[in-house]
Amino acid sequence: MSLKITREKIKNFLVDKIEEISGQNVFDCYQCGICSSGCPVTDYMDYSPNQVIRLLQLGSVDEILNSKTIWICSTCLQCSTRCPKGIEVAKVMEALRTINLRQREGTLKPEDIKSKELKDLPPIALVSAFRKLTG
Amino acid sequence: MKKIGVFICHCGINIKDTVDVDRLTEELADYPGVAYIENYMFMCSDPGQNHIKDAIHERKLDGVVVAACSPTLHESTFQTVLKESGLNEYQMEIANIREQCSWVHTDIEQATHKAKLIIKTAIEKLKLNESLYPVSAPVTKKALVIGGGIAGIQAALDIADAGFQVIMVEKKPSIGGHMIQLSETFPTLDCSQCILTPKMVALSKHKNIKLYVNSEVESIDGYVGNFNVKIKQEALYVDPAKCNLCDDCTEVCPVLVPSEQDEGLSWRKAIYIPFPQAIPATYTLDVENCLGLEPIACGKCREKCIAEAINYDATDTIIEEEVGAVILATGFDLYPVENIPEYGYGKYPDVITSLQFERILSATGPTGGEIYRPSDGKVPKEIVFVQCSGSRDPEHHLSYCSKICCMYTLKHAKLYKHKVHNGQPYIFYIDIRAGGKRYEEFVQQAVSEEGILYIRGKVAKIYKEGDKMIVIGMDTLSNKKIEVKADLVVLAMGIVPSEGSHDLVKRLKINTDDKGFLSEAHPKLRPVESLQAGFYLAGTSQGPRDIPDSVSQASGAAAKALILLSSDKIYHSPIIASVDEDLCSGCAICVGTCPYGARELNEVSKVVEVNEILCEGCGACISACPSGAAQQKNLTDDQIDNMIKIIASGK
Amino acid sequence: MKSGYFPGCTLKTNAKHFEDSAMQVMEVLGHPLEEMENWICCGTVFSMTTDDLMLQLASIRNLLRAENQGYDELITLCSMCYNTLKRAKEFILNDEENLRKVNDFMYKEDSKFKGTTDVVHLLSILKDRITFEEIKNKVTKPLTDLKIGAYYGCLLVRPKELAIDDFEDPTIMEELVDTLGGEGVVFPYRLECCGAYQTIIEKDVTVKRTYEIINSARNAGCEALITSCPLCAFNLDQRQKETSEEFLEFSTMPVFYFTELMAIALGLKWNKDWKKLHYIDPVPLLKEKGLI
Ligand SMILES: Cc1cc2nc3c(=O)[nH]c(=O)nc-3n(C[C@H](O)[C@H](O)[C@H](O)COP(=O)(O)OP(=O)(O)OC[C@H]3O[C@@H](n4cnc5c(N)ncnc54)[C@H](O)[C@@H]3O)c2cc1C
Ligand code: SF4
Ligand code: SF4
Ligand code: SF4
Ligand code: SF4
Repeated sequence: MSLKITREKIKNFLVDKIEEISGQNVFDCYQCGICSSGCPVTDYMDYSPNQVIRLLQLGSVDEILNSKTIWICSTCLQCSTRCPKGIEVAKVMEALRTINLRQREGTLKPEDIKSKELKDLPPIALVSAFRKLTG
Repeated sequence: MKKIGVFICHCGINIKDTVDVDRLTEELADYPGVAYIENYMFMCSDPGQNHIKDAIHERKLDGVVVAACSPTLHESTFQTVLKESGLNEYQMEIANIREQCSWVHTDIEQATHKAKLIIKTAIEKLKLNESLYPVSAPVTKKALVIGGGIAGIQAALDIADAGFQVIMVEKKPSIGGHMIQLSETFPTLDCSQCILTPKMVALSKHKNIKLYVNSEVESIDGYVGNFNVKIKQEALYVDPAKCNLCDDCTEVCPVLVPSEQDEGLSWRKAIYIPFPQAIPATYTLDVENCLGLEPIACGKCREKCIAEAINYDATDTIIEEEVGAVILATGFDLYPVENIPEYGYGKYPDVITSLQFERILSATGPTGGEIYRPSDGKVPKEIVFVQCSGSRDPEHHLSYCSKICCMYTLKHAKLYKHKVHNGQPYIFYIDIRAGGKRYEEFVQQAVSEEGILYIRGKVAKIYKEGDKMIVIGMDTLSNKKIEVKADLVVLAMGIVPSEGSHDLVKRLKINTDDKGFLSEAHPKLRPVESLQAGFYLAGTSQGPRDIPDSVSQASGAAAKALILLSSDKIYHSPIIASVDEDLCSGCAICVGTCPYGARELNEVSKVVEVNEILCEGCGACISACPSGAAQQKNLTDDQIDNMIKIIASGK
Repeated sequence: MKSGYFPGCTLKTNAKHFEDSAMQVMEVLGHPLEEMENWICCGTVFSMTTDDLMLQLASIRNLLRAENQGYDELITLCSMCYNTLKRAKEFILNDEENLRKVNDFMYKEDSKFKGTTDVVHLLSILKDRITFEEIKNKVTKPLTDLKIGAYYGCLLVRPKELAIDDFEDPTIMEELVDTLGGEGVVFPYRLECCGAYQTIIEKDVTVKRTYEIINSARNAGCEALITSCPLCAFNLDQRQKETSEEFLEFSTMPVFYFTELMAIALGLKWNKDWKKLHYIDPVPLLKEKGLI
């Protein structure tokens, strides 16, 4: 489906908000793709990290807010370290999660974790997952 | 008092939109000294110039202030107007109300006020201007070319063919630069050595060219048209006049050193000829790696040499030359590949640089032009090229595009295909930059007919598994992460100014840009001249470029140098320092501050004198002089005082 | 210089052997670890938003308490604690407005946060303060013949500003292994993420990561891995259970905390309780190499 772009749409409020929360300028990106080639979980994403940045440039924020990508990202910072333009892509991912978490539920609900598993899981895994994935 | 005319330019709308020129004209009409004032759309146009000329005649003006753009642009235009009108050109002052006013302000009220102050300062300065006449000096009709790559060679040949003497200084044992290392050259795929060696031979045989290899320029003193050059030539352990090129010495030498010519893919001896077609054709003894010049330590080569060409007692020599112009052609080096550890160079022998691959492709290279990989000598069936290695990465490496790597990589892939028909080349790229003549066609043909697969995305990492190199990249076009199990990986390294260029620049205090490339005087209009008068730039020392561009630029630099060499005299601005003999106490503090060595204490009269041709008018001595004896012509303390008073009054 | 030790939650539970071994090792090296009082969870994973200070409070509270207890530095063993505490500190200190706001929340503490306590990882202390030279002198049972892959994961080397070594080409852990008489093996996936907290909702992802990382280590010749992060340890060790179920040809590999191997090399007794906290039993390998 074609994406209809307009002046208002490409510079919309949510893009500004994402740039503000992440402290990153998504327009720095020149689509080299190294964020995606270095990302350990690109294969599980519906949009690769470079596509996320591209869609933000096009103002297509909803598409990304509803993506699987932002929840699959494991905050390993490989993208941020390698980006030749110094964009901390992981911070953009965090901002996208944050916008979701501030508006609606996250993807991890505590009651979903099976009690059998709960016993084995170390606190470090539980707390970090709650912090990243629970609203 | 001088009768001064003031001419305010609109510069189309550039000035007029921000500065109220009509009001200025009105308000300044009564300013003391102003005998005539007007404003006009384009003062620099022919009609504009005629306005000035007419006013000079009709109003009998003694001097002119032009309120317009920066003096770097039109100072000489208006100076000529004065000359043509019979006035001394130094009775003209420019008030820069564009760059320093209208372009940097938006508020009309404030900009108009500031423009008024700027014009008034120019009027005040002009009131005390003396009439001056350019200083002149003769020209030494000889050029120095530093660096013997293709750019230096071309510049030297052009100047020599025009009938002038050329001194060429090359750091390495042979001229040829990087081009002699290349296999075939894009976009025509002609053999690099075949097209370069005729030029090298022509240079060595040219009656007007004197070549010093294994040499470096130590210092250049003097000034445009009259430089004094000191060249340090490394000791000639092998006398070229006696050496008969028998190669006996190389055979007996026990030392192995990684070959520079083959980019470390083969070995050479400590006494060697860098490559068969080297110019000059002679052997070089590499003292740093030689076991010792004492016969006790080794001495095998001298023993063996029937021609008795080897002399261990030779010493470095300093050669002095006088030249009028200098061409800098110090070339490039590859960006240090060790800076990208994630690509594994150094750890894995089958990750190589583009220049190493050139050597593998070259008929005179370590594999005789057959494509074998370094680790085990197998023919690589799948080969990956990684573009933008080190380039276009402001965060970690070079911020700029190295310009040549897109094209040479494609050339590599093609030449590979021509030799390994069933092999598969992959090129990881971000963008393909193929802007030259017939370059785009070169790319398209390769993609449609030669089975070269471009993959759009930057490679994240390279590692080894078994005997394969695993390349992890991305294809942003299909949004797929790509993994290639390659037999050989070639890194298309970006390029930087050569190490030799860095050293030289430091020694000669030549301007460079923030990346270390030599700075041109103007990026568009004076691309082959340096800011230092008498220095010209050729080839990759000024920025990344390929052979056609290096050659055209070299010819451009030669043409500029020839303009200088073919004039009988050079003229130099008279805006220089002077000494008031009555005030000078002979303390000579100024002598030490002058960066150009233009001041000297006269031991008899005990006052300092200025060498007018050496003085660049930098003003260092003037601020250093404790007794006010040192003054800049037409920029005296009194003039500066008067200008400051205007600014300080704010009116 | 007064150094405090910050354990963090997991070192008291699933990674008890990490703490135990580190305590013993540091005792032998003459730098016993002194646990700070009253610590709380570090915050576990640094929040990367610019506008949510709540998520920084836990880290800052810890650092403030350490400050008030007179510590010039806090030593962490867990990479996550290191990363979270250190980044929180930099983030808050670099912005006066943030500092002021955070301090408004610290009313229950004895003073305001000033940021005087440094955060350092134990590996840096071993290398820079104690020195590998010194450690080498104290090795009594060298790890002869043991090929160890050092798994850095993310948190010791990223973001690059607080990497404990070169962020693309670190050597500190391999050097440590060499110091202990073993062979530090560089393997391609040593800086690749293990999947981290995805282990909870995207278990498959971590299983696949574990498979790739362990295989990469195996192909490079490693016989075991060392790490300094309990989350990595969990994914790389415990998840080998699921990995073995999913990939039939997969062969397992023991995963140690680096301090466990230090303990052995320094002649300390291998604690049988530690074994229980490993999923892949390391004892056979240690026996084979004559280390226990
Ligand atoms: C892998 C690769 C493949 C390429 N393929 C092609 C191609 O197919 N087609 C094409 O058009 N271009 C190609 N190029 C580009 C081409 O090599 C350059 O454009 C060209 O060589 C530039 O010539 P130069 O004279 O400016 O510099 P250089 O060739 O670097 O020559 C500079 C010379 O100056 C000397 N020197 C340096 N410092 C000093 C000093 N202080 N004193 C004295 N001497 C000094 C050096 O020793 C050297 O001899 C390729 C480049 C690379 C890296
Ligand atoms: S690494 Fe940076 S520049 Fe490259 S695609 Fe990703 S965000 Fe864009
Ligand atoms: S931080 Fe997220 S998006 Fe970036 S490389 Fe890691 S997993 Fe991928
Ligand atoms: S020329 Fe091509 S390969 Fe080289 S830096 Fe520019 S875009 Fe990259
Ligand atoms: S102005 Fe003075 S210091 Fe500068 S060049 Fe002239 S004499 Fe030397």
